[in-house]
Amino acid sequence: MEKVGIIGIGATKFGELWKQSLRDLLAESQLKAIEDAKISEKDIDLIFTGNMCSGDFSGQNHLGSMASEILNLNVPSIRVEAACASGSVALRQGMQAIRGGEADIVLVNGVEKMTDVQTRQATTGLMGAGDEEWEGFNGLTFCGLYAMMARAYMHKYRLTREQLALVSVKNHKHATYNPIAHYHNEITVDQVLNSSIIADPLTLLDCSPITDGSASVVLAREDIARKFESPIWILGSGQANDTLSLHARKSLTEIPASTHAAQRALMQAKLGIDKVNVTEVHDCFSIAEVMAIEDLGLIPRGEAGRIMEEGQTYFDGKVPVNSCGGLKACGHPIGATGIKQVWEIVKQLRNEAGKRQIGKANIGLTHNVGGTGSTVVVNVFGRDRENKGY
Amino acid sequence: MHRQSPILRWRKFPERYRLEGNRCNRCGIVYFPKKELCECSCKEFSSFQLSGKGKILTYTEIKSSPEEFSEMTPYCVGIIELAEGPKITGQITDATVDELKVGDDVEQVFRKFLAVGDSGVIHYGVKFKKIE
Ligand SMILES: [Zn+2]
Repeated sequence: MEKVGIIGIGATKFGELWKQSLRDLLAESQLKAIEDAKISEKDIDLIFTGNMCSGDFSGQNHLGSMASEILNLNVPSIRVEAACASGSVALRQGMQAIRGGEADIVLVNGVEKMTDVQTRQATTGLMGAGDEEWEGFNGLTFCGLYAMMARAYMHKYRLTREQLALVSVKNHKHATYNPIAHYHNEITVDQVLNSSIIADPLTLLDCSPITDGSASVVLAREDIARKFESPIWILGSGQANDTLSLHARKSLTEIPASTHAAQRALMQAKLGIDKVNVTEVHDCFSIAEVMAIEDLGLIPRGEAGRIMEEGQTYFDGKVPVNSCGGLKACGHPIGATGIKQVWEIVKQLRNEAGKRQIGKANIGLTHNVGGTGSTVVVNVFGRDRENKGY
Repeated sequence: MHRQSPILRWRKFPERYRLEGNRCNRCGIVYFPKKELCECSCKEFSSFQLSGKGKILTYTEIKSSPEEFSEMTPYCVGIIELAEGPKITGQITDATVDELKVGDDVEQVFRKFLAVGDSGVIHYGVKFKKIE
């Protein structure tokens, strides 16, 4: 299958960006990615933009047109929505458009402007990622849904509350090395345990924050990408979907779609998970990272607690996870997250991640979840076009 | 906005008011909420009345709620495995989070849900309560 290369990346600062609108954010990341690629905007054939809630949060839909207007282009420009996986699903559309011969160069964006509404309104809007008729009607929040998975997981595998807190502690540490991260403060296990309960047993510091941000990447067809300085290659891509509601899921202690998507992506890349050097997983809540590293096969089922205690998931550990600070500490602008994960992996593979550089990285993986595991995208990236057997 | 719509809620009365599900005429799997297509690809179903008895698979207590639920916060919500097989999300009432355990037996009770919106309509539905 034809390979697709990433020739440019760009991201805004992540945070509560009072001075920037949805349009400002999208413009900034688009222009940065185009500049990074050293192309002209007029070289772009197609645009995809991942976003979940611009209608609810800014009263603005029709983002396809907004994205192309910013660049003074009349090319097809399409908005993609798959809840928190919107960014990664948009990336897949871009990749497939190139593979299918529709375009040579594609711009893919992920954007979310969240702080123009109050937290309670944001909470209601985000529940659109679940099953509104049953989960929403019963007053569930997304934190509540993941809290129920946390309870089930802790019950089954005897994970302690202290062990669970290690996810946020580690991700805050990583974020101190990432200039664009929402937070730059370290936190302790005690602080996680003593912060206010949002949905028992999860506390405020188990939750990814409400963040504004935008990220963009430029994709190019193989023969074009090869002419660029240091393209990063999409070696494999997999998506799997599952029930919209959590209650209808076969398991509450894992996300089966993560395993399926990873298998598809790794098979396409002709790689085993053991060849992956650096991973960005979807830690919208602390328990999500615990399940993700097991669902992807990075560690054995039920062993996350011990492995985190040993510090193995730190950027300088054996299984580096979320070197950018993850959704927890880099921030989680819903539609932007999937593209920001790609941004971080490209930084790592280009050896441009500064103080959080994991060392020499050849293969990176992103894992992006929509809802409670209703949509999962896993992508595998490489510094080299072909699997060199590493 | 949509959460205050009486029509949107009325449509689901048979399910919300008396836990009416459906059962596949071919393989016998019971669904709640109702399905139109069975895992076995059959499309023929009969209504099925669930007993409302089940056990708690997992639960949480919501302390930070969506705006429409602020008056009743905090409240417990769980996933209940009904005796007939289906799993369903439901509020667990008349108990604090510390009084609940995974595996507890529960039964349905009929309760008020959302107080009032701009429409002035009160929404009702089934919740669950521990069996002592
Ligand atoms: Zn059947």
